[in-house]
Amino acid sequence: MSRARLRRLAAPVLVLLVGVSAFAQPPASPVSEDAVHEVAAQLRCVVCQSLSVADSPSEMASQMRGIIRERLAAGERPAEVIQYFVDRYGEWILLAPRRHGFNWLVWLFPLVAVATGFTLVAVIVRRWTRRRREGGPTPVNVDPAMSERIRREMERGA
Amino acid sequence: MSRLWRWLIPLAVLPVLALLAYGFRANPRDIPSPLVGRPAPAFALATLDGAPLSLEAHRGKVVVVNFWASWCYPACYEEAPVLEQSWRAYRDRGVVVVGVDIQDKREAAEKFVRDFGLTFPNVQDVKGTVSVDYGVYGVPETFFVDRQGRIRVKHVGAVTDDVFRATVDRLLAEAPKP
Repeated sequence: MSRARLRRLAAPVLVLLVGVSAFAQPPASPVSEDAVHEVAAQLRCVVCQSLSVADSPSEMASQMRGIIRERLAAGERPAEVIQYFVDRYGEWILLAPRRHGFNWLVWLFPLVAVATGFTLVAVIVRRWTRRRREGGPTPVNVDPAMSERIRREMERGA
Repeated sequence: MSRLWRWLIPLAVLPVLALLAYGFRANPRDIPSPLVGRPAPAFALATLDGAPLSLEAHRGKVVVVNFWASWCYPACYEEAPVLEQSWRAYRDRGVVVVGVDIQDKREAAEKFVRDFGLTFPNVQDVKGTVSVDYGVYGVPETFFVDRQGRIRVKHVGAVTDDVFRATVDRLLAEAPKP
């Protein structure tokens, strides 16, 4: 067999080998389970109630984790992978709403509510304590004649 | 406490009640798809018969992409005959029905196709990439794609004859691809 012929034969064999090895081996940059989990934990499992893609045992979530792994392996940054899901499902897919526009209500309302509650309690407590400090029990308006009569009857004994 | 405050505190409950009224009346399954109006994601998969099928090959036609599964009872069982009938009625008018079987076992899917005598092409989305590309939550979901290859309507739940006819007739009435 001539050398030229050998070379002509070698080329397709080489292509075949490279092709086969590309299928046989895992992707060039292996993606850690942590990296997949970090993205999956931020996404809502679409067929569940209140579960993330990371926590759900459903087949859909498992397929989504596979897609996350593939995209990370292809060199996408976690933020890009998340955006891929947002583009298809809307922001609904995010477990934590993004901080902009109307979404701020969700983030700030609990803080505002707690702050208002604390302020209200503080105001009420101060009002109560001030009243007590200002001289024991609240004075009752009794006319002098009546109070004199009560004193006399007390002294006399029942 | 002043008279104003006495009124303002109970009134503060109103916006909260309004928010709750809005939240509880809205259907949590009714989530608008960001894909409506956007180009339909391309896919190329093998049909259950083994023939290659790509969405691109049907550009210029009205394409009805239906996501289903053999375990999706009763909705998928209700709509399968409707889709088959509609496909037969419309196939000569530039309409294609493509079934995408998701989260399913191949044998079960093949049995489903046999049982209903489905003649339109059905592909299996083994890895779930097509489902996610279309933002599918569950089955059945159906996407109506116009001649320009844009998703125009997303229908959640079983497709009825009325929905199919109304939507496809509207898309067919539009000017064909220039």
